[in-house]
Amino acid sequence: MKDRIFRFVLDHPVWVILLTMLFVFGSAYGAKNLVFKSDYRVFFSEENPQLTAFESMQKIYSKSDNVAFIISPNDGQVFTPKTLKAIQELTTESWQVPFSTRVDSITNFQHTWSEEDDMFVEDLVLDAETVTDADMPRLKEIAINEPLLLHKLISPQAHVTLVNVTVQLPGINPVEEIPQVVSKIREMQAQFIEKNPDISVRLSGMVMMNNSFAESSLSDNAVLVPIMFAVVLLGMIFLLRTFSGTFATVIIIIFTIVSTMGLAGHTGFFLTGPSSTTPIMVLTLAVADCIHILTTMFYEMRQGVEKRKAILDSLRINFQPIFLTSVTTAIGFLSLNFSDSPPFRDLGNMVAAGVMLAFIFSITLFPAMLSLLPLRVKATKDGKHDFMHRFAGFVVKNRKVLLPGMSAIMISVIVFMPQNTLNDDFVKYFDTSVPFRQATDYMQENISGLSTMEISIETGEASGINDPKFLQAVGDLTEWLRTQSETDHVSSLSDIIKRLNKNMHGDDPSYYTLPGDRELSAQYLLLYEMSLPYGLDLNNQLNVDKSSARVIATFRNLTSTEQIEIEERIYSWFTDNAPDYQVEIASPNLMFAHIGQRNIKSMLLGTTVALILISLILGFALKSIKFGLISLIPNIAPAAMGFGIWYFIDGQIGLALSVVAGMTLGIIVDDTVHFLSKYLHARRDRNKDPKAAVEYAFASVGRALWVTTFVLVAGFMVLAQSSFKLNADMGLLTAITILIALIVDFLFLPALLMKLDKNDHPTTENTSNPAEGDNNDCVKKIA
Amino acid sequence: MIVLKKSLNSLVVLGLMTAPLIASAETAEEKGTRIAVEAKASDKGWQDMQTSMNMILRNKQGQESVRDIRLKSLEIENDGDKSLSVFDKPKDVKGTAFLSFSHAVGADEQWLYLPKLKRVKRIASRNKSGPFMGSEFSYEDLSSFEVEKYTYKFLRDEACEGGTCYVVEQYPVDKNSGYTRRIAWLDQTEYRPWKIEFFDRKDSLLKTLTYHEYNEYEGKHWRPNLMKMVNHQSGKSTDLTYSDYTFKTGLGENDFNKNTLKRAR
Repeated sequence: MKDRIFRFVLDHPVWVILLTMLFVFGSAYGAKNLVFKSDYRVFFSEENPQLTAFESMQKIYSKSDNVAFIISPNDGQVFTPKTLKAIQELTTESWQVPFSTRVDSITNFQHTWSEEDDMFVEDLVLDAETVTDADMPRLKEIAINEPLLLHKLISPQAHVTLVNVTVQLPGINPVEEIPQVVSKIREMQAQFIEKNPDISVRLSGMVMMNNSFAESSLSDNAVLVPIMFAVVLLGMIFLLRTFSGTFATVIIIIFTIVSTMGLAGHTGFFLTGPSSTTPIMVLTLAVADCIHILTTMFYEMRQGVEKRKAILDSLRINFQPIFLTSVTTAIGFLSLNFSDSPPFRDLGNMVAAGVMLAFIFSITLFPAMLSLLPLRVKATKDGKHDFMHRFAGFVVKNRKVLLPGMSAIMISVIVFMPQNTLNDDFVKYFDTSVPFRQATDYMQENISGLSTMEISIETGEASGINDPKFLQAVGDLTEWLRTQSETDHVSSLSDIIKRLNKNMHGDDPSYYTLPGDRELSAQYLLLYEMSLPYGLDLNNQLNVDKSSARVIATFRNLTSTEQIEIEERIYSWFTDNAPDYQVEIASPNLMFAHIGQRNIKSMLLGTTVALILISLILGFALKSIKFGLISLIPNIAPAAMGFGIWYFIDGQIGLALSVVAGMTLGIIVDDTVHFLSKYLHARRDRNKDPKAAVEYAFASVGRALWVTTFVLVAGFMVLAQSSFKLNADMGLLTAITILIALIVDFLFLPALLMKLDKNDHPTTENTSNPAEGDNNDCVKKIA
Repeated sequence: MIVLKKSLNSLVVLGLMTAPLIASAETAEEKGTRIAVEAKASDKGWQDMQTSMNMILRNKQGQESVRDIRLKSLEIENDGDKSLSVFDKPKDVKGTAFLSFSHAVGADEQWLYLPKLKRVKRIASRNKSGPFMGSEFSYEDLSSFEVEKYTYKFLRDEACEGGTCYVVEQYPVDKNSGYTRRIAWLDQTEYRPWKIEFFDRKDSLLKTLTYHEYNEYEGKHWRPNLMKMVNHQSGKSTDLTYSDYTFKTGLGENDFNKNTLKRAR
């Protein structure tokens, strides 16, 4: 069957090429459906409890996606008539931002005061045209003493201020809505700077972060994919010295990428930060199949075999190993389906499909092209062969040192694995070259961080928020939160009520307290609400029947662990101080804070399932339980060591890294498969002792292994250059793990085999198998 | 004969073609304004009115909340109406009373009586675009219709629940309005509004108000029993139900001042 396919391919290469092209162009058509979803919510599955809590909170109150214009006048003074005028204009213009529902700035802050029985509710800066230098000290004084403004919209020194635009994205066309907002925002930024050259403007907020997901990933792909192509091209030309082979490989890669992405588009996938790395990963993984086929074919041709037969031989020899390694790699990537975060599931499925497509193209299109392309072979040089031979000698000679030495190194690296701390800080997902990151860091240094927690407190009765007991609890919570060292700002109803109580008593500061009467605060609020303008109402902090209130705390940028710790601290504050109320804490930050942990748990299961499946396949392919079990060590150790080394590189793991173990498992298994199968072949079929078998294994696959490892490490190192840290970290750790896997397979596995596989059973389970006979033939030729 | 019939036909056709040309001697702006003036005039003479209002507020999550208000209004010639609202529900604002003098031009005057504080407070604010008692209606939406509050542009005739409607665009004159424009559907026989669409400051559709269950009072004053306001951006909505309309109950200017506000129960 296999042979018939191979013969058909070589007899009708043009037909194969045309059919493949038809398939590839057919699937490429689907790529037009492949759009980038730039919303951080895509990182969370629908059943994610933190997402559910956050979405229900957004439905009860109002949505809180925002854009922050960070305004810093060069003279360091926000309160000058000129700057205030610029801010007021920006505030007015901000109402024009698509989907905006609210604009908050120091100029439109609803300042309240009273004169006798008149209650004034007005913009703090009503008409910037008429304010003069004389008004400045008063305005500044009001602003920096207002708890709703200080550290939220104005810095304590009044040198930096924010204009905060709240947008309510309808979510009907998630692909276009955010870019629409961002393009308007950027246009406003440009106009503002042109008009006010002595004021600088930076952009932050959740919308800008969402947008950076897309921009960062897409610009990465535009840079990194070509680099990766260049690496493959140069690597192959240098290592395999063939132009035709390289050309055919590049075509295979391009077709694989195009059809993978096209099929993904056809089947309704969309792109996200992680899944946008699919092309680079597929590119990296597809090369290996071609290298194996080329290596064997050239070996045959150097032996004087004519081209057609050399191709056919190479296909026969490589079919099983590359099928096996493709399947194990696909299983590794499919384990990402256990991830709690849909983009990683998509990545796993897309790459798995790509790996299998690469396999199919490698055994059909690739030989078809090779049969048509001119191929020349130079005389054999045995120099590299000698190097692997010398290396094998070294390993055999030093096995007594290598086994304990490598074991010690492996264990001492692995012990650092648990030292990594859990962290998903979405601000730090972007490196400091990304404008969003720069702006957010600047905002954190001068006004506040981007970490928020929304605390919804439910009283269980309509109008319950006016109950003095409840207001007191909210007031106490607010004060307590402000004493926490991580806190930048707390936005709370209690501040508003206190201010109103003061206003109602002729602005007497001694009345800046919570009223002790339910009806009184209800009536204050009624008065206040009737005086507020469009968009600046209290619906963002009170629910419709006033049974619950939302307090929003802003913290400096925190790690996940710190955030979860604060979350627990807040819950226990309620248990100790206000146990009667039902409390819910939610925010995008908390969603990210929890996802790392959730994902690690789910991926632990996924990786285990993949490990069991792959080990079963290995045991079956190696026809030995014993060697199946031995293979577990070089398959598991590299990921564990990778995480141990990671402690020294970064020390923080999160969402992206939690998938690396499963992902790399399928890739590193390939090395073990190749090495062990050659070793066993030597032991069983050639009656060699373990030492000789090790030497044989090195000689036959050593070179192919380090060449493919080189390509893989190079590919994932290219990914590690991404400005999107989620992808960069994933690339770096994968590269490290793959490199470690090769070292383990070269230095530890042979020593282990020579130790465990005593020479007392000279091969019993061998030559009787005819299929194996076919295999034997191949193995000797791979060398 | 045939020739004559043909020319007659073409004459009719010509007439039909020129009809809009003649009508367009009046611009769309003038026609819009004329409709507003006629609408105001058609309801003129109601003198004073009392009614009860019930509001049901809903958010996207499906939570509800109820407000009960009693309303008295007084018709003022050549200016906005005066009105006095007494809040019955929610319970903790029971007895709170709101007096407003609406003005065709310039800011309205507003006072609120807070029973717990036993004080009348004047609300000195230009804002009237915020939510009225947390509902999807703003004070601006509920205050009396005055021709001078908007400029107009007639858009088209269109079939509507009340027969054929004038569709008129209305642009608020007050710069503190929360809207750039409204589009109103008024039936051509009684000038009753059937639907109003509100566009926010960035000219996106914000809310739609629909009127239901009209009744005629005193032979010419049509009032709806139900008004439904839906906010398309937030997913929140408010149903406003009126009951017990009575007209010409003999209220006068003396029933609408700061002192009556305190006594209003």
